[in-house]
This record gives sequence, C-alpha cells and structure tokens, in this order.
Amino acid sequence: MKQSFFQILSNTALTDSVFKMVLSGDTSAITAPGQFVNIQLAGKFLRRPISVCDYDENTLTLVYKVVGKGTEKMSRMNAGEQLDLLTGLGNGYDLSLTGQRPVLLGGGVGVPPMYNLAKQLLAQGKQVSVILGFNTGSEVFYEKEFRALGCDVTVTTVDGSYGVKGFVTDALPKGYTYFCCCGPEPMLKAVCKATVTSGQLSFEERMGCGFGACMGCSCKTLTGYKRICKDGPVMKKEEILWER
Amino acid sequence: MGALSVNLCGIELDNPVIPASGTFGYGYEFAELYDINILGTFSFKGTTKQPRFGNPTPRIAECTAGMINAVGLQNPGVDKVISEELPKLKPCFHKPVMANVSGFSVSDYAYTCEKLDKEEQVGWLEVNVSCPNVHGGGMSFGTCPEAAAEVTAAVKKVTKKPVIVKLSPNVTDIVSIAKACEDAGADGISLINTLLGMRIDLRTRKPVIANKTGGFSGPAIFPVALRMVYQVACAVSIPVVGMGGVSSAEDVMEMMLAGATAVEVGAANLVNPYACRDIIRDLPRVMEMYNIQNLKDIIGGAH
Repeated sequence: MKQSFFQILSNTALTDSVFKMVLSGDTSAITAPGQFVNIQLAGKFLRRPISVCDYDENTLTLVYKVVGKGTEKMSRMNAGEQLDLLTGLGNGYDLSLTGQRPVLLGGGVGVPPMYNLAKQLLAQGKQVSVILGFNTGSEVFYEKEFRALGCDVTVTTVDGSYGVKGFVTDALPKGYTYFCCCGPEPMLKAVCKATVTSGQLSFEERMGCGFGACMGCSCKTLTGYKRICKDGPVMKKEEILWER
Repeated sequence: MGALSVNLCGIELDNPVIPASGTFGYGYEFAELYDINILGTFSFKGTTKQPRFGNPTPRIAECTAGMINAVGLQNPGVDKVISEELPKLKPCFHKPVMANVSGFSVSDYAYTCEKLDKEEQVGWLEVNVSCPNVHGGGMSFGTCPEAAAEVTAAVKKVTKKPVIVKLSPNVTDIVSIAKACEDAGADGISLINTLLGMRIDLRTRKPVIANKTGGFSGPAIFPVALRMVYQVACAVSIPVVGMGGVSSAEDVMEMMLAGATAVEVGAANLVNPYACRDIIRDLPRVMEMYNIQNLKDIIGGAH
C-alpha cells in the first residue's frame, strides 16, 4: 500500500452514469489486476474504493459508476486537479492458475478490472475470451477497448437490446480452462453455478479503511474469516461460502 | 525525558499519542507502513475470552465528518492473541502495548485479563465496558456505576498491571461511573468510546448497518468527547486517557488541556493510515506556536 497524490489527466463520461478517469502518479504499489485504490474526496470522511481498470508505470485508469454524492463529486472533477489515493489495495487476481484459455466475465461496473487482467493474460500468450454483461444497450461500455486488445468479446444485455439477450452465463464459450469474474453478487453466484472449471471472483462490501485495519468488511469463507479489502477482494470459487 | 513525554500510570511514554483499539489491528500491519515505535503505545484490537466473528455486514456507514461501525468485537480470542498476534508484534514494536479487553460477564473479563497479565509485552489493560455493538455484554457494564465497579474490582484482583477502564458516552452521568471505577481500584480512565448512532438508506428504507445501530466516531464527536474528558478529569485523581474524534496535533493538545494525560486516535487512522505518525511529527511545531516547552505541563491546564 502507498499513499500519494495523483493528478487527473482526463475525466470523461462513457455512459449516463459511468465515467473514465485517467490519472498520473506513482503506481509502484499496484502489483496485480483486480486490486483497487481508495480515494479521498473533499468533504467526505471515508475514502471511496474504486477498482483499477488499467495501469502502467505512471498512469492509472479508473472506470467508475456514479452511485452517490462522493462518486458524483468525482465525476465533476477536471483535468489538472489532484486526488489523494491509497494504491495497491487488495490481493488481485492470481494469473498463474488460469490455464491457456481463460474466460473473463464482467457485469456492469464489474467490467473495468477485467481490462488489465485481459491485457496481462494476453501478454502471457493466453487465448482470452471476455463476456461483458449489462442490463441494456445504453449501459454498454469498453466493448471496443477489449476488442482492440485482441480478446474474443461477447456482450450480453438482459433486455436483449444489444448483443446476446440474457446473462453472462448464457454466453460461456466452449473449451475454457478457467474463469475470472467481477460483478454484483447474484451474478457471481450464477457464474459459480454455471461454470465447469475453477475460477476467481471479486467481491464488494462496504469498507471502512480499505487496508485491513477496521474489520468492517469481514466475511466467512471455507478457509476462515477474511477481510474483503485485504485478503480479497478476489477469492477462489472453492473457498466461497454463499450462505454467510 | 523528552518534551513530548508523559507518564501513564507509572509507565513513561515518549509521547501521548496512542492509536485506539479497533483502528490499528494488532499493530504489525501498520509496521509495514512506518516504524510504529514512534508511537507512545497503541491499544490493540478488543480481545475476548472466546474467538468472535462479530456482526453481519454491512458494518460500516459514512456520516458527515465521521462514520458508524458495528464490527461487534471480531477477534481471534485471547489464546490466539497470545500465541499468534503478540509474537507477530514482538519484532516490530519494542514498547509496552495496551491490551484492550472486552467480555460478556464479570468472569469473562477476569479470565481474559488474567491471561494477558502474564504477557511481558502488555503494559496496561484497557478494560472496555463500553462496546455499543454487542448484546448482553460490553456497554451494559459501562452504563451503571455498580456494574462498572464490579468489573474493575474483578480485574484488579487478577493483575498487577495498571487497569484503565474505557467508558461509554451513552450514559446520563459519566462522572459517577468514572468515580465508581476509581473507587473500585482503577488506575486510569479512558473515554470516550463511540456514540450510539444510525443511518437509514433512502432507497431500501432500512438501516444501512445490518446491526441497525452502531458506534459513531470521527471529528464530529470531538467536542462531545472533549467535554466529557474535562468533566471526568475534574472529578477523579487518576490519569485520564482522552479520545473521540482526535485527528490533529491541535486536537491532542486540547484533550490534554481538558485533563488527558495521553490521547487515543481512532477513526483518523482508517482514513489516513499515517495519521498518528503525522500528529507526532506536528506536535513540536504546534507546541512552539503556543509557547509550550513540555507537553506534560499542559495536562488539565483548562481546569
């Protein structure tokens, strides 16, 4: 974990409620896709945890949804402004377990962390399928970005207004070796049920600190009590206890 | 003796800054961020006789200038604290640590304190009779003078270490409870624990916190905490540890003027993991600004 200031390079709307913010700063504490940052916003007491969409040595891309006053405030910030970030939070995805043909499933605002994960898996020479799930066509974002990486991309919408009608689980490809998933909990549960391989899933919870100190986001797993923020947010399919 | 040093119940602290229980784990994880030996000491995560998972989630809600938590004393239990947590702390913290203890019966408190009394690393026992987030224990011992005195006396019997009783602000007369603890043999009083609070989600029309209510902390409660520290420090002759919304060197000094010998910092650690380091760094500058040579000289200065 590292605390440092980042400068906003751009902050643009992708849909009505989803924004993309690119920042420059010290990303050295970020060690794996699926980690998150915790952002201090003026006038808000607790920081806002946002998953990392992409990063390199000195830039960080966050794709976030406006869900309350904090993220609404964030969406109105301009290039040049500074933000106080804690970076390198959470465990992230373990890339060594994925086999040759992983499938990545992202639902709604669970899509962003799949982006750097796909990038890193492709860099390892893996054949990556991506399924992006949304409620409706107007909510779709990042489809062309995933295609540009060279992934096999399928978009699903619940109402069928764009791509395949249905849920991400309706579009699972044949012959995948592993899955990685991020999205709302009902989706995670459905994915675990529909998949025939092992996989890793990223969970959400209301957090206090985001770095393991307050025990605000604890959950029970088959391998003991875990803090979503520090021991997660990514957990293996085999350790998840759904009836917590 | 440095300009920042204070004496808390017979043990010298390099400075009065103490991360509060529940915001600093068992310390070693913060040692990855900075050398925690710069702290006066810290109060470790509230420990009970048995291991506890705590309350269901959500356990956290944000408020204006503060937060609500209802963690519910999640901890591995005193045996594992002694066999696993304290050994992990040993290589990174070379000062006496404050052991925070909670319980569900008088004998629970005595059992846990007796075990921790044997630990060389433990300097003080901070007996929490004020947790608002558990049922049938915690705060129920801290809301009546007789029960608080009974816990104090039971703990004093099983330990030679200084006993600091941590009080709840959720009472009509905190002074009478502090005096009852002093009369029962307490070596110090720490206050305040969190204020009972709640938030409701407009979308779901239900409480945000699964436990419905929780403990409100953060800068918003500082004036309430300061007032109670002042009242208690005026009424007792044992050292008082002040806490509640402290987030700056200035806040520490206000608490000391109100009568605190040492000052705990809680919620601030969760927002800025370097909060205590920054406060300790800032203290000499702020002391100079107000022409203070030795911090201990201002204890109770506002009385």
